[in-house]
Amino acid sequence: MLSMPDDCILQVTDLKKHFPIEAGFFRRKKIGAVRAVDGVSFSVETGRTLGLVGESGCGKTTTARAILRALDPTSGSVLFRTREGIVDMVKLKGPALKGARADMQMVFQDPYSSLNPRLPIMDIIAEPLKAHGYPKKEREERVKELLSLVGLRPEYARRYPHSFSGGQRQRIGVARALALRPALIVADEPVSALDVSVQAQVLNLLLDLQDRLGLSFVFIGHDLSVVRYLCDTVAVMYLGKIVELAAVDALYEEPRHPYTSTLLSAVPDADPHAPWRRDIVKGEVTGDEREIVGCSFEPRCPYAQEICRNQTPELSSGTVQDSTHLAACHFAGALDLEGVS
Amino acid sequence: MKKMAPDSILDVRDLTVKFFLDEGTVHAVNGVSFSVPAGRSVGIVGESGCGKTVSAYSITRLLPKTARISGEILFRERGGDITNITELEPDGGDMRRIRGKEISMIFQEPMSSLSPVHKISNQLSEAIIQFQGLTKRQARARVIELLQLVGIPQAERRVDDYPFQLSGGMRQRAMIAMALARNPRVLIADEPTTALDVTLQAQVLNLIRDMQDEFKLSLILITHDLGVVAHMVDYVSIMYLGMVVESGPVIEIFDNPKHPYTRGLMHSIPKLRGRRGERVEPIPGFVPSAYALQEGCPFCERCPMREERCTKGIPQRVQVGSEHYVCCHVYQPGEGEPDVVNA
Ligand SMILES: Nc1ncnc2c1ncn2[C@@H]1O[C@H](COP(=O)(O)OP(=O)(O)O)[C@@H](O)[C@H]1O
Ligand SMILES: Nc1ncnc2c1ncn2[C@@H]1O[C@H](COP(=O)(O)OP(=O)(O)O)[C@@H](O)[C@H]1O
Ligand SMILES: [Mg+2]
Ligand SMILES: [Mg+2]
Repeated sequence: MLSMPDDCILQVTDLKKHFPIEAGFFRRKKIGAVRAVDGVSFSVETGRTLGLVGESGCGKTTTARAILRALDPTSGSVLFRTREGIVDMVKLKGPALKGARADMQMVFQDPYSSLNPRLPIMDIIAEPLKAHGYPKKEREERVKELLSLVGLRPEYARRYPHSFSGGQRQRIGVARALALRPALIVADEPVSALDVSVQAQVLNLLLDLQDRLGLSFVFIGHDLSVVRYLCDTVAVMYLGKIVELAAVDALYEEPRHPYTSTLLSAVPDADPHAPWRRDIVKGEVTGDEREIVGCSFEPRCPYAQEICRNQTPELSSGTVQDSTHLAACHFAGALDLEGVS
Repeated sequence: MKKMAPDSILDVRDLTVKFFLDEGTVHAVNGVSFSVPAGRSVGIVGESGCGKTVSAYSITRLLPKTARISGEILFRERGGDITNITELEPDGGDMRRIRGKEISMIFQEPMSSLSPVHKISNQLSEAIIQFQGLTKRQARARVIELLQLVGIPQAERRVDDYPFQLSGGMRQRAMIAMALARNPRVLIADEPTTALDVTLQAQVLNLIRDMQDEFKLSLILITHDLGVVAHMVDYVSIMYLGMVVESGPVIEIFDNPKHPYTRGLMHSIPKLRGRRGERVEPIPGFVPSAYALQEGCPFCERCPMREERCTKGIPQRVQVGSEHYVCCHVYQPGEGEPDVVNA
């Protein structure tokens, strides 16, 4: 029997995905591995939103795809509470996997390429229903219901994607994800391609849907303001690992990992009176730091010491007694780091 | 001779750009005016399709042949003479000189200014030799100096790299070095950091600011990111559907926005220093097509303050504060301050 805390819908433990690096023309030989996701653990409370943030290439999308089993993880477990009980997504096969996937859906970043331009949106939204064997009449009813749920007119069902704006297309993507009444939505940068005035429409739609349907979200983003707006808990990733995990306000106001503090201070807030440290961040992620030993942020860290090169820091509460605020830093809790109020 | 405000280096007046296509006419820019005080920075903000890039390409006259441009773009030359850029031949000698030595551009994508098949050294020294009459050797020394200036480590070695050998951040820096190689007086940066992660964005913006001081540049910064403008520029113009709807000193615009669209934008973005639980307020609807020129105010369809007259004529520019202008019927003289909606 699998078990996880009663208030959780998803529990990811030590998830890894390593992509082989191959060389050779006639006989491909494995010469190394990209540790795209390298031992990630977190859980999502039912009806809440977990944010996954970090710079491009840090492994957010790979984590999302591994959770949904859109790819096979190298190791780890993904416990998920479905209508039929708790399953480990990593171990499921065939019809059991299909069944579990109905309860967990994904919304993608690009509202332009994620919708098939040759299908009317009726067919696009109904596609998951069709795959699960719903009869035509029921599908059409459900699509109309879904369109009004996401704030689009049911009459639009016969139109094609090109006749919709970016924000409307993203609503269509959300409607499709909701078709099978999932309990968990994994949204991979769903507003990153949208203009600001329209982005707000989609953000509020997600909040409303959560209120009305009790949905749980894994929200992937790189805009720290958007993540603060939507999320209850935030995990900061750096080179395949979670470096800090905490309740949203604690993480923003009192970051415990130097990388989190660096990220926050680099954001120019939309307020000319707010402080902005454009000169604080040095260097960039090259991938060479993807070391097995030591802290991967060490080359860019202003606080790095000998121990940071020799010993990999574990995600822990450090010197502070608080099991809800974790950081993977040898000096977590002992540094005087700047946050945002 | 044309007259300009004494402190401006560039005055854009009533700029209009249309594209005549088989499908119809695109009204890309509809009477845009703004000026750039010498040595200062001006931000152009607006959502995609509002005409930012077309305005920038009008200044450097790099628009495709399908474009029709009218209005004035006055540029103050080094000697003090004033040139109207809209009257020049796009490929003529004067325009080539202005693009070469006076007004440089940088873009979101570094490879749009760097050639993939030439070494950094050759690309930059070519730019230098062509316009500054240095020898090859002097030019190479100058290139290394420039690369150091933009923060490329081990510049003596990097100078012989091809662009693909540089990391993303270094390529951004090389592009900026390329734009500065000819010692321009105006730098136009079109969404220079839009594709970058936040830490790299901070580094590139920091570099642009340092270079502005170093080269005494006048900067036009185009962006859709209100956070970037808030911290990078002295003056800002907010564009909507090919028009500047509001302009003024950046602090004044943020503290005291007047146009309903500017207010809408400010309320639609979540803040990093977020007041918890406070909802962002989206602007309803979406940007109308640039094919049909509106009869009234371009924003009136989505405007919470819309009145009868807003659908009639295009609103005139009104001064509402020191250097603060707004194009909105509600502020026409004699009306006083309207009720503040969604502020
Ligand atoms: N199919 C793949 N094959 C090899 N490497 C991959 C593959 N997918 C992603 N990666 C690598 O894994 C790392 C993490 O990528 P990704 O999860 O897309 O990051 P993010 O979504 O945070 O930008 C990157 O270095 C990326 O190049
Ligand atoms: N070469 C072109 N031909 C036709 N229309 C164009 C061309 N370039 C831009 N446009 C149109 O002009 C308007 C303004 O575009 P642009 O200046 O690129 O917007 P922004 O940079 O603000 O996103 C848009 O409606 C766009 O579709
Ligand atoms: Mg991604
Ligand atoms: Mg543009």
